[in-house]
Amino acid sequence: MSLQQLANRIQENYSTGFVKAVEWRGDLTVTVTRDRLHGIAQFLHDEPSMDFDYIVHVSSVDWPDDEERFEVVYEFYSIRKRHRIRLKTRVPESDCIVDSLTDIWKGADFMEREVYDMMGIRFRHHPDLRRILMPDDYTEGYPLRKDFPLRGKGWRDTFEFLDETAR
Amino acid sequence: MAFEDQRTTVYKIDPDHPESETLPTLRTEELLLNMGPQHPATHGVLKVILELEGERLVKSTPVLGYLHRGVEKLAEDGTYHQFIPHTDRLDYVCAMYNNFAYCRAVEKLMNITVPDRAEYLRTIVAEVQRIVGHQFWLGTQALDIGAMTVFFYCFRDREILMDWFDELCGARLTTSWYRIGGVERDFTPSLLEKLKQFLDYFPPKIDEYIVFLETNRIWLGRTKGVAIISAEDAVSFGLSGPTLRGSGVDYDLRKDQPYSAYPKCEFSVPIGKNGDTYDRYWIRIQELYESVKIIRQCLEQMQDGPIMADVPSVTLPPKERVFTNLEAMIQQFKLFSQGFDAPPGEIYCGTEAHKGELGFYIVSTGGGKPYRLKIRAPSFIHMGAFDHMSRGYMISDAVTIFGTYDIVMGECDR
Repeated sequence: MSLQQLANRIQENYSTGFVKAVEWRGDLTVTVTRDRLHGIAQFLHDEPSMDFDYIVHVSSVDWPDDEERFEVVYEFYSIRKRHRIRLKTRVPESDCIVDSLTDIWKGADFMEREVYDMMGIRFRHHPDLRRILMPDDYTEGYPLRKDFPLRGKGWRDTFEFLDETAR
Repeated sequence: MAFEDQRTTVYKIDPDHPESETLPTLRTEELLLNMGPQHPATHGVLKVILELEGERLVKSTPVLGYLHRGVEKLAEDGTYHQFIPHTDRLDYVCAMYNNFAYCRAVEKLMNITVPDRAEYLRTIVAEVQRIVGHQFWLGTQALDIGAMTVFFYCFRDREILMDWFDELCGARLTTSWYRIGGVERDFTPSLLEKLKQFLDYFPPKIDEYIVFLETNRIWLGRTKGVAIISAEDAVSFGLSGPTLRGSGVDYDLRKDQPYSAYPKCEFSVPIGKNGDTYDRYWIRIQELYESVKIIRQCLEQMQDGPIMADVPSVTLPPKERVFTNLEAMIQQFKLFSQGFDAPPGEIYCGTEAHKGELGFYIVSTGGGKPYRLKIRAPSFIHMGAFDHMSRGYMISDAVTIFGTYDIVMGECDR
């Protein structure tokens, strides 16, 4: 099945949730609405002609100027059919939550935790949504957001350092 | 001492034997044990909270992030060329392959075709790196499990290749030899000679490692039937590389989405059956032989030619010209400080590193810096399956499981 046919199949089955499909540099990107994301992902996983059994990564992109600020990106692969798809959805900052896909792909657990930790997007029905790379008591926000300065917000300046020269 | 905890379970010792009636009832409770962050077998700073019943693992919770340096955030601040040395520091045992994976991703974004000779050079060095990575893995895993001798043998042979890297690019670990569109410099005759010597020297040494381990009852006892994961679960967890192939899933990007010079080489992808630690060990050993085969074929097929794609707006000028020619120096300076103008768009490019699929997802909005760069690190994703794979095994098997993932925390925490 070519990438174009793949995109058409999704559009036929989910005409309400389908936003657009883009093919660039051999990668197919399908954007869907947030409320249909879980259904479409389930379809991609279960439908024999799709057969996306492998989750590659979950990622997120911050577009501060857009109305729906965050973009959640999933990448799936089919080991038997050997095709790849990228599924994207947008979430606004005020209601930053999407359905978790941990019930479909077990590997989504850690990947979604990382997105939560880095970008602050929450996942509904996630079994264990805690920070994963940053410390549990980290309160400065979410480091990969574009409004987070590269040097941090001063948290590390609060650490006590031993003065080598004072000894 | 009273046990009022609700989790307390009460066992009686062997009710079939009358003598046990005289024994007092044993009370047990689950124990929480912190393993790490400073533990020699965790391969870096990793903490795992183990919930134990006796010596059995009931649940384990990995605590990651001790080595988090914000590499993805740093990438957004530098140009594409400037990010190459950062990739060395991801999986510091296997820097060459990280460079390779990153350069391939940027080439996909910029739509650059790499010249033939550069592709062969890249494949050869990548496979040498795979040998180094597997040697490092074998040595440390055997050491963790209690077979110390193999460690010395592996590191003795690894040292030859480390010196070879040193001669190639001036560094043993943080190599930065790959460039976007090609490689930094060609092999010298001395390097070629040394590599050929190594290829003759190495296969009998692999046999030696095997003899050490396959006759070691402790090694067999601690790897066979330990940390079994079914093919279905392994795929669902997103495992990759030898960890996935150990469960019998045929997924190797070198074959499935061929890149570089791999389609021109004949090699097989070893597949395991049982999905246990032993199968994953066996696959890595077989991959050592396959790597030697690939390097031999590449050396035979390689022809003379350019080692860098001729796209002056993206690729760097040759180093000799930078030192002698003003225009070339300006070009080099501008490419590093301002970067090249990448087209807006997004790509994902996965590469089969020796741990698994190392992927880069790059979002560009035009300009010299990536808008967002996400690293799909196999070690991180493998840690997601740690709890699943460790349940029901002993504490000492936790060490085996870190080893079987070939985990490197620099890559896991990024």
